[in-house]
Amino acid sequence: MHMADALLSPAVGGAMWAAASGGAAYSANKLKTDLDDRKIPLMGVMGAFVFASQMINFTIPATGSSGHIGGGMLLAILLGGHAGFLTMASVLLIQALFFADGGLLALGANIFNLGFFTCYVAYPLIYKKIISNKYTRGRLIAASVISVVVALQLGAFSVVLQTFFSGKTELPFTSFLLLMQPIHLAIGLVEGLITAAVVSFVWNARPEIITHANERKPLKNIDIRKVIVGVLIATVVVGGFLSWFASENPDGLEWAIFNTTGTEELEGSNPVNEFFARIQEKTAFLPDYGFKETSEGAGNSGTSFSGVTGGIITMVLALGVGKLISVFKRIKS
Amino acid sequence: MSNITGALYKIRYLDEFSRKKTLMHRLSPTIKLIVTLIYILLVVSFGKYQLGGVIAMSAYPLIMLSLAEMPAKELIKRVVVAMPFVMGVGIFNPVFDRDIMTYFLGIGISGGWISFLTLIVKGVLTVSSAIILVGTTGIENIAHSMRILKMPKIFVVLILLTYRYISVLMEEAASIWTAYKLRAPGQKGIRHDVWGPLLGQLLLRTYDRGIRVYDAMILRGFDGDFRMGTAFVTGIGSYLFLLIALAGFLIIRLSVITMILDLLI
Repeated sequence: MHMADALLSPAVGGAMWAAASGGAAYSANKLKTDLDDRKIPLMGVMGAFVFASQMINFTIPATGSSGHIGGGMLLAILLGGHAGFLTMASVLLIQALFFADGGLLALGANIFNLGFFTCYVAYPLIYKKIISNKYTRGRLIAASVISVVVALQLGAFSVVLQTFFSGKTELPFTSFLLLMQPIHLAIGLVEGLITAAVVSFVWNARPEIITHANERKPLKNIDIRKVIVGVLIATVVVGGFLSWFASENPDGLEWAIFNTTGTEELEGSNPVNEFFARIQEKTAFLPDYGFKETSEGAGNSGTSFSGVTGGIITMVLALGVGKLISVFKRIKS
Repeated sequence: MSNITGALYKIRYLDEFSRKKTLMHRLSPTIKLIVTLIYILLVVSFGKYQLGGVIAMSAYPLIMLSLAEMPAKELIKRVVVAMPFVMGVGIFNPVFDRDIMTYFLGIGISGGWISFLTLIVKGVLTVSSAIILVGTTGIENIAHSMRILKMPKIFVVLILLTYRYISVLMEEAASIWTAYKLRAPGQKGIRHDVWGPLLGQLLLRTYDRGIRVYDAMILRGFDGDFRMGTAFVTGIGSYLFLLIALAGFLIIRLSVITMILDLLI
């Protein structure tokens, strides 16, 4: 369920970055103050564990398919919310860098979708509530399955929202939603069951590992409201700021507005819009090689044609420069 | 299983590659990180029909590949894996957006196909630039730059630790998988009644390993900070790179070449 760079607009990607770094700063700060520093290496190896174990496929009974564990929830259960969030973030960063899972701009969105909902929503509000310090096999299984399913549903919903607000695809909001949620319900059930199996095995063998994570961080210490409000503010500020800058392009939020209201821009011009309109007029000789205009005036494909040609020429030039560099290097050695 | 070994190979390849000493490798990691982030932002900032613009943006990874002497094959292998999700979501563009936008050799091309292509090119470029960053910089140096850019210390240390142990744990997972396969031939995955024990055993061993790693680190004087072996000096070359890259990006973003073409035609 990794979000990709290409599907995001700068505004949405930036807003999610702000949200994720806000969460990371908060959890890092929280860990610094009440960290039993034994946890740092433990977090590292557990992150690596999630990484490795996601590559083992588990057969789903009575179907031909297979699944793997959901990392975020298992990390939260074993390490607690803050440590789990930070560990998940580092796993996602490494996945983005080495496996092209998601991307650098999408990293914020991915941390938010896969880390925030598991560690800061499902873990404290569902898992802990169901367990409520009475450990039984049944409770552990129910808590693991339900929290994984809920976290994944929220994550999938968030992917749909991020894609929608980025406006890079034509996929209607509801269709995408109806596509994503059921698929992730099935995936969530499988991930939840595998997570539950692992958690209850560990609880049988070494109960203190499961109970410690819960006790070391008493619920009172985690002020979830503070986290959520902080993340929200960061998101709105950065999102608003960036989309203000991006507002010259007919994409992103404007696209969303266009699709919900049927007009490209909301009626009634404000000073900001006028300012950009004036800039646009001034710079109109710069062909903004969009195909948009050409669709109106059919036959006038000059700009669009030269737009693509210009792109290809640049690419060929770059290829040539690259070849030259290679040749030059070979001669030198 | 081939999955795990394949992944291990991918990590090790980039790790070893990042130790080369080309011009690109010697540039300041912080500058490379910043340039990569700006590049990605600019690529995604193009409108959904601006195919020409994003194609032009491919200049950066193409030149970087040559400068870093990175085989294109290794890059393509990684990029291909990342594409299915982008394509899966983007393939609906041609379905919903059918207005003919332009003509190519007399064939009408709808806006949906143009935006679909734009999306794919964007995907290839953003993924490529990130891989080139790791391949020329290495995770240690990236982590170091993250510290310079004021990311929390715990987070940076955590990334380095996770990274160090990924290959160790993947090897363990691979041997567990092999052992299981040998005892249960012809199965596609792990049967549900051993889900818990199989991963749980690995988890318990991992947990204990974590404690031992901690003890070993404390004995060697770990105080919550990582000491980097090499101190990077941001030389003139790095600033020059920053300047040239930014200027290049700007020229492409403002479509200067297209403008000249328009004047000529």
